[in-house]
Amino acid sequence: MSGGVDSATAAARAVDAGHEVTGVHLALSSNPSSYRTGARGCCTLEDARDARRAADVISIPFYVWDMAERFHRDVVEDFVAEYAAGRTPNPCLRCNEKIKFAAVLDRALALGFDAVCTGHYARASDGILHRAADPGKDQSYVLAVLTSDQLRHAMFPLGDTPKTQVRAEAARRGLAVAAKPDSHDVCFVADGDTKGFLARHLGQAPGRIVDESGAVVGEHEGAYAFTVGQRRGLRVDRPAADGRPRYVLDIEPVTRTVTVGPAEGLDITEVMAERPVWTGCAPPSQPLDCLVQLRAHGEVHGCTARLDGEALRIRLHRPARGVAKGQAAVLYHGDTVLGSATISGTSAATPLARVPAGQDLTEVR
Amino acid sequence: MSSNRTSPVYLDHAATTPMRPEAIAAMTEELARLGNPSSLHAAGRRARRVVEESREQLAEVFGARPSEVVFTSGGTEADNLAVKGLYWARRDGSRRRVLTTSVEHHAVLDSVRWLEEAQGAEAVWLVVGSDGAVRPEVLRAAIAQAPQQVAMVSVMWANNEVGTVQPVSELAAVAHEYGVPFHTDAVQAAAQLPVDFAASGADALTVTGHKLGGPVGAGALILARGAAPVPVLHGGGQERDIRSGTLDTPAIRAFAVAAAVCAKQRADEAERLAALRDDLVHQVLAAVPDAVLNGPPPGPGRLPGNAHFSFPGCEGDALLMLLDANGIACSTGSACTAGVAEPSHVLLAMGADDSRARGSLRFSLGHTSTKHDVDALGLVIGEVVDRARRAAAR
Repeated sequence: MSGGVDSATAAARAVDAGHEVTGVHLALSSNPSSYRTGARGCCTLEDARDARRAADVISIPFYVWDMAERFHRDVVEDFVAEYAAGRTPNPCLRCNEKIKFAAVLDRALALGFDAVCTGHYARASDGILHRAADPGKDQSYVLAVLTSDQLRHAMFPLGDTPKTQVRAEAARRGLAVAAKPDSHDVCFVADGDTKGFLARHLGQAPGRIVDESGAVVGEHEGAYAFTVGQRRGLRVDRPAADGRPRYVLDIEPVTRTVTVGPAEGLDITEVMAERPVWTGCAPPSQPLDCLVQLRAHGEVHGCTARLDGEALRIRLHRPARGVAKGQAAVLYHGDTVLGSATISGTSAATPLARVPAGQDLTEVR
Repeated sequence: MSSNRTSPVYLDHAATTPMRPEAIAAMTEELARLGNPSSLHAAGRRARRVVEESREQLAEVFGARPSEVVFTSGGTEADNLAVKGLYWARRDGSRRRVLTTSVEHHAVLDSVRWLEEAQGAEAVWLVVGSDGAVRPEVLRAAIAQAPQQVAMVSVMWANNEVGTVQPVSELAAVAHEYGVPFHTDAVQAAAQLPVDFAASGADALTVTGHKLGGPVGAGALILARGAAPVPVLHGGGQERDIRSGTLDTPAIRAFAVAAAVCAKQRADEAERLAALRDDLVHQVLAAVPDAVLNGPPPGPGRLPGNAHFSFPGCEGDALLMLLDANGIACSTGSACTAGVAEPSHVLLAMGADDSRARGSLRFSLGHTSTKHDVDALGLVIGEVVDRARRAAAR
């Protein structure tokens, strides 16, 4: 129970469904005030109090579990390391994978519980994950990394309900968090300034900004401050020859080179992904026509996915923009999650002049 | 999860103990009556009379003169007043040292730390043995380093986690050899040991109502007539100008009534609790042979109602939750940050490693404890520890 309206309502529904429910709030920092203050995160003393009050109202036992060490190691350090490696991680996904449905679930099972119930908007049955009924709130993308075994011990009581109804229900149940704002930013970045957070952890790592021809057009103090598809804050010395806006096309962590170029350079036709997890189907032996989502709340694209050894090669039927390494590629059939893998490389429709597309893909591990 | 919340078993009397019926009756009667004890009219005089009779009753129970009883809101306030107030009163440039142990309750511990951080004090932490006790010669050596620089000494009478009874009168005597004021937090001792202020030799002694069957919110600093701490609370000048604030007549009366009942039964009760505690220790060790009883061996060196164990390979909060689900209330006996159990500073000071300090539980008995409570724990503790071990091994 994070202290928000979703987990509180989910807990209440689990009680209504006849389960024996215990509320657990995760302490994710050994020094709670070091994470976000205010009501929008999930790690503050105030949130712990809100969660406790919700548990009181629902009349369930409530405990705080100390997951600070695991969270720091598996989520915060991973987040920093991923940026340092030129990738764009999704810490919520990592928290689900390593904390909520791993460390917490393992401990819960050992202590005699049967499942972890959360306020995520998604549906799970028989180890298969489906999108939530509310498309605007659907969180299947950040849960798709879970294995079937993890999903069999997961309960998402809100998957069938639109968020507005959840708020109304929370108010009806007398839960004070009914009108509490949703959290949006990374919960462990206290002030919402991810760039500043990374700069504090990674220090300055200056490098060059080059255009797609390889010409140096500027300098930066840390490639981690950039995300593929980013347009603002590039601090490029001279405008593009054609005067059109430029975007981050590629981040090369070893030489700390950030490549910028026109929007077409963002058009990706093939995505390479690693460590696939299959829950909605067996690992495909034949090329698989399905849908793919390439970032949280992103659009879906028609694609043909095929296994290439340990890796997954996803040919997009139409080019997609702003695909960042480190994000998840989640495959869907309709609303059903087939599988998920971590994006490790991309091929552009307009290849960068300095590296042929094929080579670009083989460069990443 | 099995659960049995129908017959709760309360083994956390050191946190708070049920109010005695006599105290509830006195308090509810007094709540219906009017009067501020500081007012000069008849209603005020009536309330003042109740407060003064209560003061006399408490003075008798704790071996003090009535004028030595300074009412406070409880133990934490009394500790703050003693530690900060005596430090401020004695501070004159050279007397900056505050001597205390690292096993104190946070009310003393954090007051001393604050004096150090914000008020120029120098904390001297007296080393305790593996049983949690501080030896008088340790105090003597610490004072003798620089007797002129010592502002005050504070050592608790009995430890709230592991039940260690400190040699308070010997320690007070050492402090007095050097003319240094001595404070003791007797919050845990007051319900189970004969706490006699005059005989102890202490200059200041903390007691509180809710640990002996009185209400939360009433306590006292028993303060020798010569001791004049600088006030922490300023205002109307109540309580010898040392502790301002309107006196809580109903709570004070209930505190005194509870203390009197407690004192009358104390000798028999201590014997009864010690026997129950020994049974509890026996049953826990029978079910979990590798459990470690922390603190001194049962006997005069330990509070009769206290048992405190480390369960190797377990996390204290998992044990607490599983026992709670079985209707058994106990404590990890340590401070919380946002509900997260920190490893016990007391066990760490006694030389335990971090994992032993984390995997510990306190069971504390009090005036409503019965053999049924102890047997209920004995019945489930083995299975609970097995399960917590499996969870910790993940």
